[in-house]
Amino acid sequence: MPYIPHTEEEVGQMLDTIGVDSIEDLFDEIPASLRHKSLDGVPTQATEMEVTRLMHERAALDGQPLCFMGAGAYDHHIPAAVWQITTRGEFYTAYTPYQAEASQGTLQLLYEYQTMMANLNALDVSNASLYDGASAMAEAILMAVRANRKSKSKRILMPANVHPAYRKTAEAIVTNQGITFELIDYDHTSGCIDPASLPTEPGDFAALIIPQPNFFGTLEDVNVLTDWAHKHKALVVGVVNPIALAVLVPPGEWGESGADIACGEGQPLGIPMSSGGPFYGFMCCKQAYVRQMPGRIIGRTVDLDGKPGYTLTLQAREQHIRRSKATSNICTNQGLMITASTIHMALLGAEGLERVALSCHDNTRKLIEKLTSIDGVEVVFSGAYFHEVLIRLSAPVPEVMRALYAQNILPGYAIQDDYPELENCLLVCATEMRTDSDIETYASHLQRVMGK
Amino acid sequence: MSSGINMLIFEQSRKGRTNPSQAPFERPELTGIPESLQRKKRVVMAETSEMQTVRHYTRLSKKNFSIDTHFYPLGSCTMKYNPRACNSLSMLPGFLSRHPYAPDSMSQGYLSCMYELQEMLKDVTGMKEVSLTPAAGAQGEFAGMAMIRAYHDSRNDDQRTEVLVPDAAHGTNPATAVMCGYKVREIPTNDQGDVDLEALKQVVGPQTAGLMLTNPSTLGVFERQIEAIAGVVHEAGGLLYYDGANLNAILGKVRPGDMGFDVIHMNLHKTFSTPHGGGGPGAGPVGVNERLKPFLPVPMVAYDGDHYSWVTEKENPQTIGRLSGFMGNAGVLLRAYIYARLLGREGMVRVSEYSTLNANYMLALSKQKGFDLAFPDRRATHEFIITLKRQAKDLGVNTMDFAKRLLDYGFHAPTTYFPLLIPECLLVEPTETEDKETLDAFMDVMAKIEQEARDDPEYVKGAPYTQPVRRLDDVRAARELDLVWKSE
Repeated sequence: MPYIPHTEEEVGQMLDTIGVDSIEDLFDEIPASLRHKSLDGVPTQATEMEVTRLMHERAALDGQPLCFMGAGAYDHHIPAAVWQITTRGEFYTAYTPYQAEASQGTLQLLYEYQTMMANLNALDVSNASLYDGASAMAEAILMAVRANRKSKSKRILMPANVHPAYRKTAEAIVTNQGITFELIDYDHTSGCIDPASLPTEPGDFAALIIPQPNFFGTLEDVNVLTDWAHKHKALVVGVVNPIALAVLVPPGEWGESGADIACGEGQPLGIPMSSGGPFYGFMCCKQAYVRQMPGRIIGRTVDLDGKPGYTLTLQAREQHIRRSKATSNICTNQGLMITASTIHMALLGAEGLERVALSCHDNTRKLIEKLTSIDGVEVVFSGAYFHEVLIRLSAPVPEVMRALYAQNILPGYAIQDDYPELENCLLVCATEMRTDSDIETYASHLQRVMGK
Repeated sequence: MSSGINMLIFEQSRKGRTNPSQAPFERPELTGIPESLQRKKRVVMAETSEMQTVRHYTRLSKKNFSIDTHFYPLGSCTMKYNPRACNSLSMLPGFLSRHPYAPDSMSQGYLSCMYELQEMLKDVTGMKEVSLTPAAGAQGEFAGMAMIRAYHDSRNDDQRTEVLVPDAAHGTNPATAVMCGYKVREIPTNDQGDVDLEALKQVVGPQTAGLMLTNPSTLGVFERQIEAIAGVVHEAGGLLYYDGANLNAILGKVRPGDMGFDVIHMNLHKTFSTPHGGGGPGAGPVGVNERLKPFLPVPMVAYDGDHYSWVTEKENPQTIGRLSGFMGNAGVLLRAYIYARLLGREGMVRVSEYSTLNANYMLALSKQKGFDLAFPDRRATHEFIITLKRQAKDLGVNTMDFAKRLLDYGFHAPTTYFPLLIPECLLVEPTETEDKETLDAFMDVMAKIEQEARDDPEYVKGAPYTQPVRRLDDVRAARELDLVWKSE
């Protein structure tokens, strides 16, 4: 039987030991009226050979287009070693390290991950991941409301240029707890939050969210915004791209005293785009707030002989101990994803991460230069950007996109549904994976389509 | 081997050591970004060679127990064999390189798999519609409770402030109810492991939003009064939530939808054999009956007989919304789909049959070897509970000591000290993929440890002896927090 090792003889011996005649007898406590007969909606069994053929066919249907799309998922190089090691059975098929002595591999790796993430964000501590960037921001908001001792407010100031899917996720997750959002509009010239437009008397609020870069790719004046929020006794939650952190001021150094919590999408660090998941959310914070942080946290300690070792710690925050008083209901996290990310960061090192960030930015600049040389293509916002830019076309975007799909090109993300005021705009990016010739291919097809 | 084996990657770092081939050779200037927004101090990372890095993490992997290397009978976690094909086929280039915002026209392969998975899960659970998007069991629970709340809200029924949870429930249940803005009220369990029906009748009322139930329960028994429980809760206008943690035990035998549940979540990393990955990623799809359909989280996948497409807020305006940026743990869902295709309808029934056979066989062996069982008169489901209360009292050797000593014999410990209402308990779940000789060997070792506990209790209390570390000082870990490595 597939994946079931029992021989007929063994089944007989086991039933004898139990003292029943058949396997069916073992289900005799289930009321007969409830018993189900057959699973007609499930296909019949298939061999690995058959399923292999099927999945190759399905995967081929999706092709491998030339990707100039970002908007929260980025096409970066991943060293071969990353997933070869990550999918070793010892990592792939272990569970949450409840038995620390038999899980030192995963635990030490997670401690290394926490160190790398804290360093990248220039904050004191990191947890061992949340589901993804969007849900990490939702958890950061819940955390900020708990952690802000100077304010009892459940009001959150949310810039309109935070990723729309992140905002929707946060609303779905936190509003049942009485948390409200107040939208801050972006400056329609720069694409950023204009610090001068912030109210002098904002009233009581728990936290300000600061995206860096924001959804449009433009860069916020994080230093001024952070100081403004702190002046009004609010916490600052940074939502950041980890690749950008190699070259941009990290959240822990924003303004005079730094962001209080930083979170974001870990995908750019060694995780394939794979239809949007599994990715992972990272979260770092100042030491003072560590007991309010959700998710697993690994600590270094010593064993009975005084030898260093690693273990799950601060479990008194968690649902399996605190039940209804836990900081979050989260149980499993994205352990395997941060296994990959840790190996990825170790292989790239600071120099590699910087070169990736610089190349992405440089490629996007080249892309923008090429595209805006086409009649009817212009950059929408004046603000400085990192590795992603919003362009406006003089032609209807849906038609242009269809024409480029036909050339096996993903030309960018159309944001009209989320921002009706930004009609016929495309959010584009070119990571370090795009060559000059890829950029040329995109530009020449766009020119042809626009020229029609 | 050198002392390097315990070193952190950072301690192996040498200034200036890089892996040039893993990033572009060029190092362009950072142009167009104001000075005040640029990073001043280079981020501290390890500087190690590719071989050093590969060796380091390969060595670390060897310090783990895993299903691929050890019997891992962790109760309520369903640590069964994860077929390798599920991994390799879900990592085909077409799937890996698919951007989450790729158009439908370039996504028919992926979308068809997701649509078919939705349909299969509907059939095995008896629910009317399924959304795959929750990223884990706990997020599925959240989605389920949020839908219950949205349902009551949509009917302007705002007096329902309480959620009922049995005392045997997973900690995620009460934590989830609170995240959805509810007060939690615990329901006691009777001495046979069933819900105390009389106690339930006492507390149920117009303030009851719903009841969260795991069936089979975490006590390793099937809740026999489920029809009566459903009647009591529905009568009062509450809804029934099914925690699918133990779905493995009943696959193809009885369906949550037929038991009267209104909304359920499934743990694909348990029942559908996606890997646990050292603590995730999981996947926690939700299924609902007719009246909760409008509230399902998006995105979902639709099929018009010719073309697969996304279902979003546009099509489902009453949705509770999105729970992650894209579609949850898409790659995990693919693995579950592949597993379901390999097993087919024949294989799914065998899952519950042989996991139940294995658990009842171990239960019978436990009796033979003189261990006390939490519910000796009940059938085991796919798991069962040994209580070591007597050994703890008489020999001074407790459940934790047994668990640690098991590691020395090459077995991962069962779940310890859960569920909370059984003292000194071991929750044992062998799963269907283990062979008889492994189960025999495990029970032999349990008996051997008991003998050791009689002969030399101090020795057992000092276990483990064969692992990379001995017992760790958890108190120190929490008091003197060391969460991030700092160079001297």
